[in-house]
Amino acid sequence: MTANVNILGLPRDVYKGLASTLCAGCGHNSITNNLIKALYEYGVDPYKLAKMSGIGCSSKTPAYFVERAHGFNGVHGRMPSIATGAKLANRELMVLGISGDGDTASIGLGQYCHMIRRNLDATYIIEDNGCYGLTKGQFSATADRGSVLKKGQVNEFETIDVCGLAVELGATFVARSFSGDGKQLIPLLEAAFSHRGTAVLDVISPCVTFNDHEGSTKSYNYVKEHHAVLHTPDFIAGSNEITVDYEPGTAQEIQFDNGDRVVLRKLERDYDPTDRLNALRAMHEGRERGELVTGLLFIDTSARDLCERERLTRKPLAHLQEDELRIAREDWAQLMALPQRKVPSASAHSE
Amino acid sequence: MHSVNDLTIRAATVNGSGSQSANLVLTNAVFQMGIPVAPKNVFPSNIEGLPTWFDVRVTPQGYQCRSRDVDILVALNPATWHADAAEVRSGGVIVHEASYAVNGPAARDDVTYYAVPFAKLAKEHVSDGALRKYLTNMIYVGVLAQLLGIDASELEHALRAQFKRKPQAVETNMDAIRLGIDYAAQNLTKTDLYRLQPMSGKTEGKLLMDGNNAAALGCVMGGCTVAAWYPITPSSSLCEAFIGYCDRFRVDKETGERKAAIIQAEDELAAIGMVFGAGWAGARAMTSTSGPGLSLMAEFAGLGYYAEIPGVIFDVQRAGPSTGLPTRTLQADVGFAYTLSHGDTKHLVLLPATVEEAYEFSMQAFDLADRFQTPVFVLSDLDLGMNLWMTPPLAYPEKPFDRGKVLDANALGELQSWGRYRDVEGDGIPYRTLPGTAHPLAGYFTRGSGHDDQAAYSENPDVYRANLDRLARKHDTARTAVPRPVAQELGRDLAVIAYGTTHHAVVEARDRLSREGLETDYLRVRALPFSPEVAEFIERHERVYVVEQNRDGQLHALLRAELPAHLIERLHSIRHYNGVPIDAGAVVEPLLSAEKPVLA
Repeated sequence: MTANVNILGLPRDVYKGLASTLCAGCGHNSITNNLIKALYEYGVDPYKLAKMSGIGCSSKTPAYFVERAHGFNGVHGRMPSIATGAKLANRELMVLGISGDGDTASIGLGQYCHMIRRNLDATYIIEDNGCYGLTKGQFSATADRGSVLKKGQVNEFETIDVCGLAVELGATFVARSFSGDGKQLIPLLEAAFSHRGTAVLDVISPCVTFNDHEGSTKSYNYVKEHHAVLHTPDFIAGSNEITVDYEPGTAQEIQFDNGDRVVLRKLERDYDPTDRLNALRAMHEGRERGELVTGLLFIDTSARDLCERERLTRKPLAHLQEDELRIAREDWAQLMALPQRKVPSASAHSE
Repeated sequence: MHSVNDLTIRAATVNGSGSQSANLVLTNAVFQMGIPVAPKNVFPSNIEGLPTWFDVRVTPQGYQCRSRDVDILVALNPATWHADAAEVRSGGVIVHEASYAVNGPAARDDVTYYAVPFAKLAKEHVSDGALRKYLTNMIYVGVLAQLLGIDASELEHALRAQFKRKPQAVETNMDAIRLGIDYAAQNLTKTDLYRLQPMSGKTEGKLLMDGNNAAALGCVMGGCTVAAWYPITPSSSLCEAFIGYCDRFRVDKETGERKAAIIQAEDELAAIGMVFGAGWAGARAMTSTSGPGLSLMAEFAGLGYYAEIPGVIFDVQRAGPSTGLPTRTLQADVGFAYTLSHGDTKHLVLLPATVEEAYEFSMQAFDLADRFQTPVFVLSDLDLGMNLWMTPPLAYPEKPFDRGKVLDANALGELQSWGRYRDVEGDGIPYRTLPGTAHPLAGYFTRGSGHDDQAAYSENPDVYRANLDRLARKHDTARTAVPRPVAQELGRDLAVIAYGTTHHAVVEARDRLSREGLETDYLRVRALPFSPEVAEFIERHERVYVVEQNRDGQLHALLRAELPAHLIERLHSIRHYNGVPIDAGAVVEPLLSAEKPVLA
């Protein structure tokens, strides 16, 4: 790889998009910038990329990266179904979904759950600020109980933990990160690209306009003070011959089917992300302590994705032609065979 | 009296008692004799226990609509016995379980009774308790055969065709049928005039098929590769038939790999979302649903229309509003489907009337969806979808798929620029590219929000309006591309307009009106938007009766909205909406009474 192009020979500019129309300082813009870096470094083919989103501030962001890729800004909370259809139609597409906390945990909760159940091969990012921005600052379902709105209203309802829910539903890749932590977010994104199945990334992304004040649990200050990092992830592409040195017992390596790896360097605590119960415990304990636990929470690289479960042919369904899809003439003739008449008709009987 | 090959048999049974097999054997045996049949299953929304009726109508003319008259009742449901007996026409026949008391409304002096101890016969002759209730139904088939003159060999032949894979079942069922034949021969003295006899000229070259099955075959031959659905009566059997055909014909025998993805979605919102995702990515995709599901699809239908994404939606109509009557038929979604979604939306809607059209329009829907880059709704109904109809064999398609205006990498290489929503040819239909196209110009951003002809976000008033106008232009282009109406016209003043399954009642009604001295011309509308021929036809007639199966005269209202003012007063509305398929009388009676002043 030369300095100015990635493994596909593409310059970084190819991964940029239109200028953001979100507020200055919005966490979502940081996520977009980290995403551009991750897509570039990983070497995602822009022609294979399908950028999917629902409705909301987060869902506008696919316009802000990889301009030449196809994008689809659908209806509120229903992006998973559109993404599912697109992937079934052409399994060669790399599906990247951008959603928000309202789009996922409120109006879109059903589709979110069923996408996970099906293990759709897609990267699904939740740009999570705990509130509705475009409609001026109402709570969303990921707002923590007790969190306070700008005008003083207190959230009386339990939060929906989209990561805990995902793990419970059998998700095969669940991570949480922070929009401002590129060091953690970029390798997690690249790992998500390599994962075969639904990769959920809940990225806490403060809303500078409506939810960045004292009393909010999704503000920059709150996140900085309560951030509990599980491990330091490094992404190593399979094509990269570099061996990584680490002391035995100080890191856990997870290998994907395509040969790529993610190395999780241990911090003060042991954390095994291949243990589902362990993941749930870490999230519950973190919440009790008021901490935002980030890192690769859970991973299972062995599960089959939707296209495999459906046993779809390798050739994209969208490319199949008449001779591959229509019933053969001889089979058709059998299907349309007339019923045999028992009594040879008829003139003998007519009056 | 038309008693030879002209009668309606009604089997009144309890849902879940297995009467369906018996009714099919009877239907097939009669059909085999060369006698035209029109079976209608009137069933409850229930798994077991509620009343169900199966009518087998037989006419020498081959009328396919329901008859209001019941000539022969087989009464095997004590709960409805009195009401069922009261519905038999004067001079008719009632075959009933012998233990039912012939009193109250069931006691009539204008019908012939044949009491048969069905339960007792079954108990004495069928040792397997689990099979007993099923085989009781076969006993009535035998009784009817004896009374009407169906040869036992016809029934055995029909049984063999029905239980191809279970030869043992043929014997068991035939034994029960013989039980009925023998009982009737030994114990019943025939005093009625009804009988069936083999005939020719009407059933040759025909088979029996239901519309949902035909529509599923249309999906296979139309190249559908993605189907997403949520189970709902009466559309479920469409997707299930598609699953069956894909299992048979779309699986690689060596690898087990499949050339279709069929997803049972979590709801209809997800089902149609998957359809548009797949359509956007270049696959031919469909969903099948009925009323409540169609309501849930409203938001996505607007996205498909405005973002211009192909997709096929089958709506097998049932009786609404709300849950309504899930197992009864109506044509009451026409107005809703045509403009489904908020904002100014107008869709392409195909209105099949026959099994052949259920197949042809299904295939055609995928071509139209691709060509016009828009959702296409195929509106059949429970009557067409779930009942068996006589049909010629379905024709093998000779034309390739019409994939519409798609630019691939090579085509893009020839262009300096292109615009996703640019109207190049003036027909309102733009060009599109598919995700996965390896060319720097290929990508664009699909959105349900305001966009210009480059697909970029726009709130500009002129851009918005120009885009809506182009969509209207596209809709107008479709007027001559959708299935054109079919006319039977001999220069009369008086005319009938109908669509979908109402057609079959109109066919019989026009014969009856003709016998009353009223000759009518006829136009059958087969799609929305209206082709120019519709207004032209009305222009040539003084009085036009629009017949349909809904309360509000929905097609009548659409015609009034689109026709020039001087034609509107020529239209009159005839409506049937009780949930059972329309019969000829429902056309003849209101039309005659409206025409009386004219006749006088």
